[in-house]
Amino acid sequence: MSGNLLTVEDLKVQFQAPEGLVHAVRGVSFRVRPGSTVALVGESGSGKSVVSQAILGILPRNGRIAGGRILFDDPASRRMVDIAALDRDGQPMRDLRGGRISIIFQEPMTSLSPLHTIGNQIVEAVRLHRDVRPKEARDLARDMLARVRFPDPARALDTYPFELSGGLRQRAMIAMALVCRPALLIADEPTTALDVTIQAQILKLIKDLQAELGMAVLLITHDLGVVANLAEEVVVMYRGEVMESGTREDIFANPGHPYLKALLRAVPRFDMAPGERLVPLRSVRSEGGRLLEQARTPWPPGADAAGPLLKVEGITKRYGARGGGWFGAKAGAGTLAVDDVSFAVKRGECLGLVGESGCGKTTLSKIVLRALTADSGSVTFNDHGTPVDVLKLSGGELEAFRRRMQFVFQDPFGSLNPRMTVFDIIAEPLVIHRIGDAAERAERVKELMALVGLDVRHLKRYPHSFSGGQRQRIGIARALALRPDLLILDEPVSALDVSIQAQVLNLLKDLKERLGLTYLFISHNLAVVDYMADRIMVMCRGRIVETAPRELLFRDPLHPYTRALLSAVPEPDPARPLALTELEEGRSSNPAAWPEPFTIDDQHHPPLVHRGGGHWVRADLDMTTREVA
Amino acid sequence: MLGYLIRRVLIMIPTLLAISVITFVIIQLPPGDYLTTLVVEMQSRGESVDQGRLALLRETYGFDRPMHEQYLIWLAGMLRGDFGYSFEYNLPVADVVGDRLWLTAVVSFATIIFVYAVSFPIGIYSATHQYSAGDYALTLLGFLGLATPSFLLALVLLYLANVWFGTSIGGLMDPKYVDAPWSLGKILSVIEHLWVPVVVIGTAGTAAMIRRLRANLLDELDKPYVVTARAKGLPPGRALWKYPLRMALNPFISDIGNLLPQVVSGAAIVSVVMSLPTTGPMLLDSLRSQDMYLAGSFLMFLAVLTVIGVFISDLALAALDPRIRLSGGATR
Repeated sequence: MSGNLLTVEDLKVQFQAPEGLVHAVRGVSFRVRPGSTVALVGESGSGKSVVSQAILGILPRNGRIAGGRILFDDPASRRMVDIAALDRDGQPMRDLRGGRISIIFQEPMTSLSPLHTIGNQIVEAVRLHRDVRPKEARDLARDMLARVRFPDPARALDTYPFELSGGLRQRAMIAMALVCRPALLIADEPTTALDVTIQAQILKLIKDLQAELGMAVLLITHDLGVVANLAEEVVVMYRGEVMESGTREDIFANPGHPYLKALLRAVPRFDMAPGERLVPLRSVRSEGGRLLEQARTPWPPGADAAGPLLKVEGITKRYGARGGGWFGAKAGAGTLAVDDVSFAVKRGECLGLVGESGCGKTTLSKIVLRALTADSGSVTFNDHGTPVDVLKLSGGELEAFRRRMQFVFQDPFGSLNPRMTVFDIIAEPLVIHRIGDAAERAERVKELMALVGLDVRHLKRYPHSFSGGQRQRIGIARALALRPDLLILDEPVSALDVSIQAQVLNLLKDLKERLGLTYLFISHNLAVVDYMADRIMVMCRGRIVETAPRELLFRDPLHPYTRALLSAVPEPDPARPLALTELEEGRSSNPAAWPEPFTIDDQHHPPLVHRGGGHWVRADLDMTTREVA
Repeated sequence: MLGYLIRRVLIMIPTLLAISVITFVIIQLPPGDYLTTLVVEMQSRGESVDQGRLALLRETYGFDRPMHEQYLIWLAGMLRGDFGYSFEYNLPVADVVGDRLWLTAVVSFATIIFVYAVSFPIGIYSATHQYSAGDYALTLLGFLGLATPSFLLALVLLYLANVWFGTSIGGLMDPKYVDAPWSLGKILSVIEHLWVPVVVIGTAGTAAMIRRLRANLLDELDKPYVVTARAKGLPPGRALWKYPLRMALNPFISDIGNLLPQVVSGAAIVSVVMSLPTTGPMLLDSLRSQDMYLAGSFLMFLAVLTVIGVFISDLALAALDPRIRLSGGATR
């Protein structure tokens, strides 16, 4: 053959589903050369993961390869095998799997067994494929952990996955996949579940290890930014077929196929023209809103004098170690999740809140919503000219207030009750607040469905028959049912594909315009926040480190953490690769490691300083910020 | 871990004390005491009641003292291993219960083994062969087992055992061995009789456990870590044993706490039907005749079993699941 490591020829995969035969992959062909990186790109449901499962022989029980060949030309044994013809649980296939071809998955949280140590799981992989004694296997595992830059490899062998951060778990997963020195690594959305800074580190790690070990990488992703940074060749898939393939430069410079062009237009970018809208692959039409407008209490003139719509002052929340208990807990133990946070949201604006996972942004939003209790601080809401102290409300007052503020969740699967019809889900807020009679509610629900662009004929269906994007729209409709003034959106699109993401973002933009809503938009994705927000707050380790109007923050970021976040976002443009060396080992999110005057530790507690034009940064007042930074 | 162990043991003390108070209140709740029941019974038979003897009895057993003193006497006795006196049998409680306790333990233990031995292979098969003919057949069998009243099953099996194997009806051994000293023949007779009550008592539990194991395992089988194990090249059998099965075990381990007392007390009806010399029927009788110390000891015995069982299952869980062992002290 032509020296290809992997040749996929006219691959067809079928699934036996309850509704009949599903053709998930319909005649896909591509090749991977030894040591090269090929990216398989497409949205969810395009069949890209199914291709990887077919290559590894780990298709779900109801799936089978219906045609085509998967030729693997093993450089070690110089033998060509057709994987498609092998018994998937037979010895020859098992030898390839994990030995010559390995895989890493999207979810480092769930793809490692929680009951076994990292060492146990890596050693198992070694001993399956290499005839070595336990001691040697352990040494090999430790070497591999050192290679993936574990801080203390010897100790890491005896830790359990739940004791590690997401980034370290993914490193452990990579170590496990690479410990047998495979010729091909399949990386199935390897960084999708990770924060941007961690993502940049993992991408760099994969790149480095690839050079070190000389293996080929088949990268499966929907993130064109990752593709632009890692891949040499790109294969674009849509509905089980290859739309386009070529070198990275070709694909990004002259996208030929309309699908790829559309995909590129659907991704939020930093260099978008003011007022430019994303173009989703399938746009939704939002209609109606008359009834909802009638339900709205008009905003009295002069009511804005009572202050911004939402004002948060000095919120602090500490998660304690086990409270009470027989022998008592240590005082002051636990972690400070939110540390003295103050901000305001003006009526009609969209305030973006950016930060990595664990920075306290969700805790903060839940405190504002009264789902968690703050240790100290106050939240004031301007209810049509009357200031309301949100944290002091109770009983009936609190219930009545809940109409003013609603929440949209991140997970469109977990946030809808699978045993309720869509009608019941959207009508539930109305029932709880005893609004209208049955007929009125039915009208309202129908209008809400049309408002989020869903078919009113589907009201009797259950959530499982909707896609992720549709479910998220159902969640938005539910949040709008009470006609709130403020919507808190907690990572509303991070569980969605790019194409769907653009659709939901545009819908949210339109709804805000039409209904005069105010948003608190929480996300870890800077490009998304950039697209949505008027003002942006950056949060790290429970503190706000920088706040600025959108244009100012991206044009002139002052804080080192904001800069690190910005530089870690992979852009879908091969001409602008990530500056991977700048992002070493998570120092950027450690306040004690920030340079002067930004350092925060036991001696330094810099306040937020106004730099003009609504641009605030946390730095020591006495220093001249610009020169040192 | 050691701190957790100590805290866990210490917490058992107030728990048991609280249970002993409740138990004592319960056995004192019915109006009157054993002596009034006795008097009524003797009068109904036309026997004369010797008031002097009654007063003497009342004094010996402390019935004339205030309630809290009676409780303390009872509690102190139990701590010394003296469980009081059974009026009904005219013997110390320990002697009355003695032999029966061992036979109960034998029946219970055999039942637990039966339940696990039958339900595990079936549950694993059902989960790994979901919606196959075998899964449906075993599921049907399981539901039959759940739905059949156990006393009915007991009668049927007793009849069949008698007709086919000539086993004597009722009891745990042939009548000729009942008061005989232990011998090989007696042991064989017990084994011969044992299987019927074990099957009867264990059937419902087995059926329930099959269903639960199947459901738990099905939840785990599609988890990403199982795919990871397969992607490593692990043979299917080993991948099943090491990962999803171990995860699916947690609910069963935490169930041990309920298993112990359930098998002892839940089998009372079956034991009555089959006239087994176990503790179940005795508990029923003692409650009926207000034989308060006997009933109290039984209730306490069940409570202690529950508390110990829960303790064991907590320890086993901590040993098997590092998430419990290592994050025990932290909160979310």
